[in-house]
Amino acid sequence: MRRVRWNAPLVVALTGLGLIALLGIVAPFLWEERATTLGGSARAHPSGAHWLGTDALGRDVLARTLVATRLTLEMTLAATALAAVAGSLLGTVVWVSGRRVREFGLRLIDVMISYPALILALVIATVLGTGPTASVLAIGLGGAPAFARLTANMAASVAQRDFVTQARLMGVPPSRLLARHLLPNISGPLLVLLSVAFANVLVALSGLSFLGVGVQSPDYDWGALLNSGLEALYTNPAEAIGPAVAITVTGVLAGFVGDGLATALDPRTGGAKARARRRPAVEVSARSHRAPADALVTVDNLVVALPDGTRLVDDVSLHVMPGEILGLVGESGSGKSLTAMSVARLLPEGLSAHAAELALDDLDLTGSAIDPRRLATEIGIVFQDPSASFNPALKVGGQLTETLRVHQGVRGGEARGRAVEALEQVRIENPARVVKQYPHELSGGMRQRAMIAAAILPGPRLIVADEPTTALDVTVQAEVLDLLKDINSTRGTSMLFISHDIGVIGTVCHRVVVMYAGRVVEELSAADLRAGRARHPYTKALLAASPRLQDADTDTGTDTATATGAGTDAVVERAPLATIPGRPPAPADRPAGCAFADRCPVVLDGLCGTERPPMADSVACHAVRQEVQPA
Amino acid sequence: MATTPTGMTAAGAGRTTALGPWGGFLLRRLVGLAAVAITLVVGTFLMVQLIPGDPARVVAGADATPADVERARHELGLDQPLSAQFGTYASGLLRGDLGTSFQTKEPVAEIIGSRLPFTAEIAFLSVLAVLLLAVPIGLAVAARGSRRTDGAFTFVTGLVGATPEYIIGTLLVLGFAIRLGWLPAAGAETVTSMVLPIAALVLPGTCVMARIVRSEAAHVLAQDYMRTARGRRLPPLRLYARHALPNLLTATLTLGGLILAGLLGGTVVVEAVFAWPGIGQRVVEALLVRDHTVIQGCVLVLGLLAALLNLLVDVVLALLDPRTLAGKGGH
Repeated sequence: MRRVRWNAPLVVALTGLGLIALLGIVAPFLWEERATTLGGSARAHPSGAHWLGTDALGRDVLARTLVATRLTLEMTLAATALAAVAGSLLGTVVWVSGRRVREFGLRLIDVMISYPALILALVIATVLGTGPTASVLAIGLGGAPAFARLTANMAASVAQRDFVTQARLMGVPPSRLLARHLLPNISGPLLVLLSVAFANVLVALSGLSFLGVGVQSPDYDWGALLNSGLEALYTNPAEAIGPAVAITVTGVLAGFVGDGLATALDPRTGGAKARARRRPAVEVSARSHRAPADALVTVDNLVVALPDGTRLVDDVSLHVMPGEILGLVGESGSGKSLTAMSVARLLPEGLSAHAAELALDDLDLTGSAIDPRRLATEIGIVFQDPSASFNPALKVGGQLTETLRVHQGVRGGEARGRAVEALEQVRIENPARVVKQYPHELSGGMRQRAMIAAAILPGPRLIVADEPTTALDVTVQAEVLDLLKDINSTRGTSMLFISHDIGVIGTVCHRVVVMYAGRVVEELSAADLRAGRARHPYTKALLAASPRLQDADTDTGTDTATATGAGTDAVVERAPLATIPGRPPAPADRPAGCAFADRCPVVLDGLCGTERPPMADSVACHAVRQEVQPA
Repeated sequence: MATTPTGMTAAGAGRTTALGPWGGFLLRRLVGLAAVAITLVVGTFLMVQLIPGDPARVVAGADATPADVERARHELGLDQPLSAQFGTYASGLLRGDLGTSFQTKEPVAEIIGSRLPFTAEIAFLSVLAVLLLAVPIGLAVAARGSRRTDGAFTFVTGLVGATPEYIIGTLLVLGFAIRLGWLPAAGAETVTSMVLPIAALVLPGTCVMARIVRSEAAHVLAQDYMRTARGRRLPPLRLYARHALPNLLTATLTLGGLILAGLLGGTVVVEAVFAWPGIGQRVVEALLVRDHTVIQGCVLVLGLLAALLNLLVDVVLALLDPRTLAGKGGH
């Protein structure tokens, strides 16, 4: 079980429940007499002597409410325990037994759960009659299916883990398996369910008494008090208020304990939300005017920052010329996707982009009010995972034509025709049928081609392709890459192509920008990359770690299709593959100097560790600069 | 947790019978419904058998002679073997004969016939209202909620959602019927009589449901396809209603179907608070006088209603998410 992280609601709720439990213990000793003494006036309004007034027999309502705490809590605890024990046993036994019993048992539990627990309790109460014991049995057994299902579900997920399989193979008997391996692992969620069940049981038990089929006079619990209070609603409303407040407060506190426990046990709620404070201002460097004036996309000194000011992307500048495919390459976490998503204005929530200049031709992408129509029609996006990027509930055709219909005023019939055309262009067979299908009916490769069709349909000027082949089979990868190149050459659409695979980048792109730890380290032509004319030690290391390109290099680097798509089969190993030792620094721990210094084979003492290498002659490296022009 | 089924490729979707996807789906569901119905019939029959005491003595009355008791036993068929009694019960059910009330001598089928419409009315309207309120609220909080609205939402839904229907009902009577005098406190004489019972069911139901919607919506909004949709720069209404809602409903109904069925249980209690002449109030009356045949019939009908509601949820799920058709079911 994970360690419980205490949080305020949990502490408050537990304290409250503790006080109520204490009240349950002491109240009968203190106020029993007062609660049963027949007073003077019946159904009197609240007064100094009787804070909540009196009931039909002139007894003090407040005292009765307090005294009833004990019976109510005893019954609730007993019924909760019964539900938990019976349910967990049922659930675990179902799981540990053979497959047939298990499947039948799980179905039975499902049916029992879908049946309203209160009606189930009424059935049991019919058989057992009225009174506290019968109520506890009825509500306890009625609550058992929920525990059975949780236990069976949790046991299922735990039982499939390796250590349980191993224990089973080693001949550990089921009872021991249960006690030693299953129960400890499901105790966390069980605890949450226990507190939720406590609240439900309290409400249900009080409900039975309220209906008059639970606790009978002369015994009384909160439900029974509420029942007589309802009759007195016109004469002394306070009589109903006392038990109503008692039930609600106790139930709510138990519910909050459940919520608090769930939060405390959930590893995902690490307090990221709590940490978010006011956004510190992000300072952006001045315009560099490095990009040519006729560039289609200009990114100048882009910073992408977390709410706390940590820079994930730091002073990145790049540009895409009309008709050009610009490759953006780097390890995961290098900031390449964030850079591309800043251009597409699709950063995840919480991240903010700041730049000296961020523009698509004359469209400024830095402001907050950018014409949605221009964004939608001028930038097409191809996402990484085509199976997750299509909406599973909508047909392919509608998703393809949505931009046309929403932003370009194309009517349904015509839009469908254009979708069919676009699907033909991306070489999908039987496009007229595909538009009427749901995404799950297409294969992965078809979905990515449909995604490309969706991107080109509005006639964009730029296509942002974010790792478009990473999620695909190697056999399909080459086809998709060819398709993208084809679209670029026939339509002249510019592309920003992101990949961690330097081999893919080298074959598809015209020009390449290499990123490391949120910064640009080198910019070079694809021809130079293919020829191995990289200068930055990181780019060199990437090349050395990639088998295909060295191979393509010796084959003069033209046979692109085989070099990319085919993967390993075309590769003749000449030298052992290099690996880059170490890992990139986390965004918050990036050093003042060069981020690659720790892993760099040619690191210079002093300079690299302290001073950030400026971008000079398309490469940001102290060592390279000293080589070119010795000090 | 309800996650979207994955890995359903073209081959998986093709796993349909000669009946087509819908035929196979409905067949599986109807078989399931029949199994629940049979379980209910056997269950309600056994329930009466398990009741301690002698029903014949109850029917014959307190001052009956042993001969009277024997006559009653014979009339009730209680002198038959168990299997024969079950045969009589089951064949009676097939003819729509649910037996006769011990107490009032009315046919149980008639009692249910006169009571059921009242229950169905408030149950149906409540389910509708809960869905219409909880889904937009939960979605809005998930989509646009700040830390403050989030906290307020959690607190209010935690408070109201944990308050039982009978307490909310009592408070509503006190406030709106007694203090303000705007609405009737009990009975079913006018259309306005319906307002408070429905409110008592809808308030906590909406809170519980809105919490589920909120957490499911947070999950849906983080999906890749929502980023794709945002990439099309759609107006917010279209983004949430067209792209998030269908997926959200799939997940919500899978979990929330139970809550909707649970509303039937709440109806029983709420009817008692508001003296609403539905089946729930009748079954409580019968419980107090141990009128077994009436309890039997009411429990059977309520159970079937719950099963039908589940079936309805499954059909809606399948309409919303065609992948459900090919798979085993809604979970």
